[in-house]
Amino acid sequence: MSATHQVGPPKVSPLYDPKVRSIAYQFALCAFIAFLAYGAITNAAENLARARIASGFDFWNVTAGFDISQTLIDYSPQTSSYGRAFWVGLLNTLLVAVIGIVFATVLGFLVGIARLSRNFLVARIAAGYVEFIRNLPLLLQLLFWYNAVLKALPSVSGSVVLWGGIYLNNRGLFLPEFRLQEGGTALQIAFLLALVASLVFRIWARRRQQRTGKQASVFLATLGFFVGFPLIVVLSGSIRLAVTFPELGRFNIRGGVEILPELAALVFGLVIYTAAFIAEVVRAGILAVSRGQTEAAYALGLRPRLTLRLIVIPQAMRVIIPPLTSQYLNLTKNSSLAVAIGYPDLVQVFTGTVLNQTGQAVEVVLITMAVYLTISLVTSLAMNIYNARIALVER
Amino acid sequence: MTTANSVTKLDPEHAIAYVREVPIEASPPPVTARGALGWLRANFFATPFDTVLTIVMLLLIAWAIPPVIDFLIVDAVWSGSDREACLATPQHPEVGACWAFVRNRFAYFVYGSYPLAERWRVDIFFAMLAVGIVWMLKLDAPRRDIGAIYFFVVLPIASYVLLRGMPALGLPAVETALWGGVLVTIVVATVGIVASLPAGIMLALGRRSRMPAVRLFSIIYIEFVRGVPLITVLFMASVMLPLFVPEAYSPDKLVRALVGIAMFASAYMAEVVRAGLQAIPRGQYEGAMALGLSYSQMMRFVILPQALKITIPNIVNTYIGLFKDTTLVFIVGIFDLLKTIEAARVDPSWATPVTSTTGYAFAALFYFACCYMMSRYAKAMEARLAHGERR
Repeated sequence: MSATHQVGPPKVSPLYDPKVRSIAYQFALCAFIAFLAYGAITNAAENLARARIASGFDFWNVTAGFDISQTLIDYSPQTSSYGRAFWVGLLNTLLVAVIGIVFATVLGFLVGIARLSRNFLVARIAAGYVEFIRNLPLLLQLLFWYNAVLKALPSVSGSVVLWGGIYLNNRGLFLPEFRLQEGGTALQIAFLLALVASLVFRIWARRRQQRTGKQASVFLATLGFFVGFPLIVVLSGSIRLAVTFPELGRFNIRGGVEILPELAALVFGLVIYTAAFIAEVVRAGILAVSRGQTEAAYALGLRPRLTLRLIVIPQAMRVIIPPLTSQYLNLTKNSSLAVAIGYPDLVQVFTGTVLNQTGQAVEVVLITMAVYLTISLVTSLAMNIYNARIALVER
Repeated sequence: MTTANSVTKLDPEHAIAYVREVPIEASPPPVTARGALGWLRANFFATPFDTVLTIVMLLLIAWAIPPVIDFLIVDAVWSGSDREACLATPQHPEVGACWAFVRNRFAYFVYGSYPLAERWRVDIFFAMLAVGIVWMLKLDAPRRDIGAIYFFVVLPIASYVLLRGMPALGLPAVETALWGGVLVTIVVATVGIVASLPAGIMLALGRRSRMPAVRLFSIIYIEFVRGVPLITVLFMASVMLPLFVPEAYSPDKLVRALVGIAMFASAYMAEVVRAGLQAIPRGQYEGAMALGLSYSQMMRFVILPQALKITIPNIVNTYIGLFKDTTLVFIVGIFDLLKTIEAARVDPSWATPVTSTTGYAFAALFYFACCYMMSRYAKAMEARLAHGERR
């Protein structure tokens, strides 16, 4: 009798062994990708050699030689390098992103809450806004704001004069410039003190609440510190401001701060577009808090305002924050459409002008992608950490 | 006393004084809470703050809507052959939208520079596409399996032959540089839609695969493409792709843009499909495996049909985004609808102060109509699926 006691999995032909198959598939995939990469690299080397285009990152330090219409850091076409142009472009992108995010959040929350309003008109108008804006391409909206609205403003000689020496024309918006001449350090110290004071107050208020149950308005106190301390400095007379008003010339405007029409159109378009998406995120978040929560809060005797602040908003935020972050990322990525209306952002300066001048397509496109990728990955990393912190702790 | 007759007689056995047998009719709500007046009050004037809001909103509507209607319809110029028609004159000081411009350039907006004699081919393409779309979208249409083959196999080949031309069949070749307008917008969107679904499914399955190399490749691809703006993907396709292939096979501009759009859309589609796959309970996988189905059988017959069905609304929403994103090919020099409008609006023979706005209004109408229909479809689909879930 040969009653063999079988141990382990049954023996199968290697052709049908899942392990062998899986290794074979993965090997085939890797080989395929390696083959593609090899083909691409040899072709690229050949094509670049034929077109006499250098490769490598030597162009980074070469003098750029082109002008940029808006620079947040020192930049001159004669002396600055392509690398400097890259930083100028990146800062311009970040500028648009930050301004856009702030305004889009405010508008988006307003519209999102308005959509849930009891007031029929308010809810309808907010819904109409969201439907209308979300169904139109962003590029079309940007072109509309830039070409049909801002470029249709009067020329310099016919500038619209708003209060306080503000000029508006098709070359941009010109504001008076305020420059601090004296007392800058005092102001900085005041802000620092306000920060420290509000942190201390916050800790004290929390401890007192835990001990006695009495609440103190941290928000009001913080506001008080941040307004009060600088105000003391200003009132003490140690501040001197230099104000330069824009002056209307025949063909241009001198002095003051200039806001490019490209920047205005881009911010306008991005804010209006992204706010429609944020509104939907906010609405979904608020609706996700079940009615029972509100009713329970009322039953405990909380007033509507407190219910909103202590019960509904904290729970809604848990639902709102992740998609909100992805909207922020979308706004940042969409700011690359600046290239269509000529705002000097990263893509316009670097992937546009620098690429055309150097011809080093591979390096330039890869650097640009790496920048956006870094922004995305850092944000989603921060998001994951945040999510892990606020996630519902379930049994 | 009206209640007297509804009071029962005293019953000595049960010590109940009286029991009301007929409920009193509920008195109607006060006149201010009922009918039109009540509705107005609840929706417009519930609190003083609401009243103020209502008034502000009414003022906003009164301020914003009439000028728009005036511009688009009342003061609009409907016919004319050149810019003279749309200029302000003493008799006609207010000039609205210059629809004459759109009518004059309509063929350009639809076909671009496609040769006049060959435009019937474009019309046939539009008709074939319409048939395919209706076949795919109507869930109770007959033989949707043939419809899928038609949409994903027959249509792409037929469109290529029709649009690009095939001299062997007597269809002269038409360079893609001549294509333009709605034609290009539709072609780019359709290629994105047709290519992204299969590629997205493969990537989604790859991302959930148990093979580390496959999973890693899928994750890197998806996260990379989703982390960068579409415009850089298009730049990559249009300037780097020609470097990566031998010079003899260098693709033309439109093909490069199509590759970029397809790459981009697949990554987003992959995430949508993955969400659907995750929503399928484990029991379905285990059940399929217990029946002895192989991986591909399990996916084809059990998992994907369910996963794709519940993701239809999200797929359509992704297509809306894709459709809007097709406008970006304009930046790499493809003549899509928006680009033809940009080209036409700066044409000196139609240069008037209202030309730009009119052109954009026309584009807005087109894109809004398409996207709105898609989002309605997604909503209807969602409602239908929710209906199926209800027991």
